[in-house]
Amino acid sequence: MADRLPPRRPDPNSRVRAAHRQPGLLALVAAGGAGGTLARAVLERAVPAQAGDWPWATFGINLSGAFMLGILLQTLALGGPDTGWRRAARLGLGTGVLGGFTTYSTFAVETIRSPAAIAITYAVATVLLGGLAAAAGMRVAPRRARPGRVAAG
Amino acid sequence: MSLLLVCAAGGLGAVARFVVDGLVSRHRRGALPLGTLVINIGGSFLLGLVTGLAVRHAGFPAAVESAVGTGFCGGFTTFSTASVDVVGLWEADGPRPGITYAVLTLAGSVLGAALGWWAGSLG
Repeated sequence: MADRLPPRRPDPNSRVRAAHRQPGLLALVAAGGAGGTLARAVLERAVPAQAGDWPWATFGINLSGAFMLGILLQTLALGGPDTGWRRAARLGLGTGVLGGFTTYSTFAVETIRSPAAIAITYAVATVLLGGLAAAAGMRVAPRRARPGRVAAG
Repeated sequence: MSLLLVCAAGGLGAVARFVVDGLVSRHRRGALPLGTLVINIGGSFLLGLVTGLAVRHAGFPAAVESAVGTGFCGGFTTFSTASVDVVGLWEADGPRPGITYAVLTLAGSVLGAALGWWAGSLG
C-alpha cells in the first residue's frame, strides 16, 4: 500500500458502526431512494401499462437501471477503495437512486398479471437482458487514467 | 401530493432494503447475496398482496395502493442490484452460481407475488 494518507479503513479493533447504522449514510440512501422512486413513478405514469400489453415502462426502467448500476459500481471499484466519497456515491446513487429506480416487485406482479405468452417472454427477457445490460455497463466503465501519464496541455 | 407520498415511501423502502441487507449479510457466509434475495421475494409478496386487495376491494384507497406499491415496494425491491450480482457471481465462480441466483430470484419473486395476490383476493 503506497497510500501515505492516514488510513480511512475502519480498524477492526475499534468499535466502528456498520454502514446501515450510520445516520448520515441512511439519509443518503433515503434521499437517493426517493429520487429514484420519483423518476420511476413519473415514467410509469407517462407510459401507463395497458392490460395484456408488454409492460414497456418497467422493462425500460429495469434494463437501463441495471446498465447504469454496472457502470457506476465498476467505475467506483476501479477508482479505489470503497471509503469516503466513493462509498457515499455507491450508497447514494447505487443503493439509493438506482435501487429505488429499478423494481423487482412491479416486474413480478406484472408477470403474474400478463397473459401466459407475454408473461413467460417478459420474465425471461427481463432477467436475461438485465444481466447482459449490467455486464455491458461494467465493460464500458471508464478506467482510471494510468499513473504517471500527464495530460497533454 | 400523492407523488410526494410515493417519493417518501420510496425513500423509506430503500432504507429498509439497506438495513435488511446489512442485517442478513452480516450473518451469512455463503456465496449468494441472500439479503437481496429475501428483499425481492418479500417485496414481491407485499406488492402482490396490495394489488390483489386493491383489485378485489373497490373501496381500497388508491393513495395507499400507490404509496405502499409504487413507493415502498418499488423502493424496497431492486432489479439493478440483482442483475449486477448475477454478473458478479458468474465472473467470480463461473456460470452456475450466477444462473442459480437469477433463477431463484425470479422464481421466488413470481411465486411470492402470486401468493400475495391470492391472499389479497380472498374474502
